[in-house]
Amino acid sequence: MDPILTKHVREPNSFTLDFYLQHNGYEALKKALTLKPDQIIEMVKASGLRGRGGAGFPTGMKWQFVDKKIEPRYIACNADESEPGTFKDHLLMERNPHLLIEGCAVGCYAIGARVAYIYIRGEFFHVQRILERAIDEAYAKGLLGKNILGSGFDCDVYVHRGAGAYEAGEETALLESLEGKRAQPRNKPPFPAIVGLYGKPTAVNNVETLCNVPLIVSRGPEWYVGLGPEKNGGPKLYCVSGHVRRPGVFEASMNITLRELIEGHAGGVRDGRTLKAVIPGGSSVPILLPDQLDTQASFDAVQKAGSLLGSAAIIVLDDTTCMVWLAENLLHFYRHESCGKCTPCREGTDWLHKILRKIERGEGQMRDLDLLSNISANIAGKTLCAFGDAAVTPVVTTLKHFRHEYEAHIKEGRCTLSADWRARQPVGAH
Amino acid sequence: MSFHPKMAYDATFHRSARRREDEGPPFAYTAENRARFDEIVKRYPPDRRRSAVLPALYLVQHQHGYITANGIRHVAELLGITRADVEDVVSYYSMFYTKPVGKFVLNVCRTLSCAVNGAERVTEALSTKLGIKPGETDPTGTFTLMEVECLGACDRAPIVMVNDAWHECVKPVDAARLVDDLRARGEVVLSGCQHVVERRR
Repeated sequence: MDPILTKHVREPNSFTLDFYLQHNGYEALKKALTLKPDQIIEMVKASGLRGRGGAGFPTGMKWQFVDKKIEPRYIACNADESEPGTFKDHLLMERNPHLLIEGCAVGCYAIGARVAYIYIRGEFFHVQRILERAIDEAYAKGLLGKNILGSGFDCDVYVHRGAGAYEAGEETALLESLEGKRAQPRNKPPFPAIVGLYGKPTAVNNVETLCNVPLIVSRGPEWYVGLGPEKNGGPKLYCVSGHVRRPGVFEASMNITLRELIEGHAGGVRDGRTLKAVIPGGSSVPILLPDQLDTQASFDAVQKAGSLLGSAAIIVLDDTTCMVWLAENLLHFYRHESCGKCTPCREGTDWLHKILRKIERGEGQMRDLDLLSNISANIAGKTLCAFGDAAVTPVVTTLKHFRHEYEAHIKEGRCTLSADWRARQPVGAH
Repeated sequence: MSFHPKMAYDATFHRSARRREDEGPPFAYTAENRARFDEIVKRYPPDRRRSAVLPALYLVQHQHGYITANGIRHVAELLGITRADVEDVVSYYSMFYTKPVGKFVLNVCRTLSCAVNGAERVTEALSTKLGIKPGETDPTGTFTLMEVECLGACDRAPIVMVNDAWHECVKPVDAARLVDDLRARGEVVLSGCQHVVERRR
């Protein structure tokens, strides 16, 4: 499949309004403004567009759930891309910001909102400047603001900068942060579609999801459905990183397999090593093994294989990777990022990390392995948001597939793998 | 917790250990920052000014270098919320500094994709060059070294974020030179991603 979302990203000035207008930019917004809002929601539903942020929930359904009786309504665009291994929204906003702005405007029209907030993570300051410049350009051309293109529809888009919190990527925590509080999740239900930002109905959508909306409006849902396997239509961005020759963002239909992505697009495992494991959807999902590489990289197929597509962040690990170290590295992340609202997660991630550190240093005992499982079971499913489940996944999945490495650490009193991978040089992006 | 011995690193590590020791000098926005603040507040509904707390704190940090108790008081007064509300936010988000930091804050990403591409060596190289440990500022007040969690650019690993700009694909052998270059020529030496996309493939 030829790239659609990222077709022009490597051309100079692809982020300017002039360039975007030359390539049929804002045609979808023009078309959308001639339709009724309900017709757009029906189109998005018919396209089967699934949320690209991680959960894969159908976007059309989400928009339909937005309570149309209450004013005002909002769109909150989730640009807090913090899942380890994910960098697709970064590329879209950096090189194709007008597509996102158009998606926000069409989305606002569809659910009857007048304001969209793009919540961008604090570390993306250079991207924020590009996005704000693009928004100013759109205002100057009358593509945002009052009475857009003479249709009587008003829409404002604002960028809101976060300040370094992974948890702000959770939809209700994002809304809390946008309200000027700590990014901590709310109890659900009620879902944001009913009680969201400032207590009003809100659609929270990922950047890539909103970028797909103009495509559906301008080319039609049938075209979109035809691009991929059943219920997994449309173009998808895959982020491949880790031990590969050519890490980067690759766009494909969801017919593609993990093998084609890793060995084809990303050039295979680097330094002549062999593949040990693949994390197919960001650090929060279970590991897949090399014999599962022919799995189709679609939401449903990856789930059937025992993992999740998540944010399509494929982290490739070669045979020098120590799985105990991997779990320790990721639990360091989760321990740091736990928002602290729910006790099992706040305390449990700290305990897990301490035990993993102990094992990694060679001071572990066999009973620690049961303790790890026990603590994990007491975090997963016992927290307000999915963070708890995500945080224990690296422990549970490495214990399941690589228990022998844990046992070797404990018996030998050290890591038995050569640690040369830590000293490797970066390959550079392409 | 009693199931295994206490470890040395957690005395200073945990978030709850952050304290603000410094009231700081009297604080008020400069006219320019005040104008910027007034513009930002308009983005939110009039009864929801609190939403502007993050941008307001960024302005304080930009103006003063870090966030003092007096900076918090100023933001609280402008937004019509309590100081506790603002402090709640300051203590939660990791990008707000409550202590003085160097002119250049070197944030090395330490999470998986950067770590398997040599981020640990980059931290070591910077640490050796500057003679400080992660979390510390050098005696001249020019550099602060930090280890941070995933910065979201795993294809350009390892990443070092310097203040608000990025330096990408940093080789451990080049890390020491980065320090010299920054000292001599400032942030223009960084290979921030918007400049390099065109050069790829």
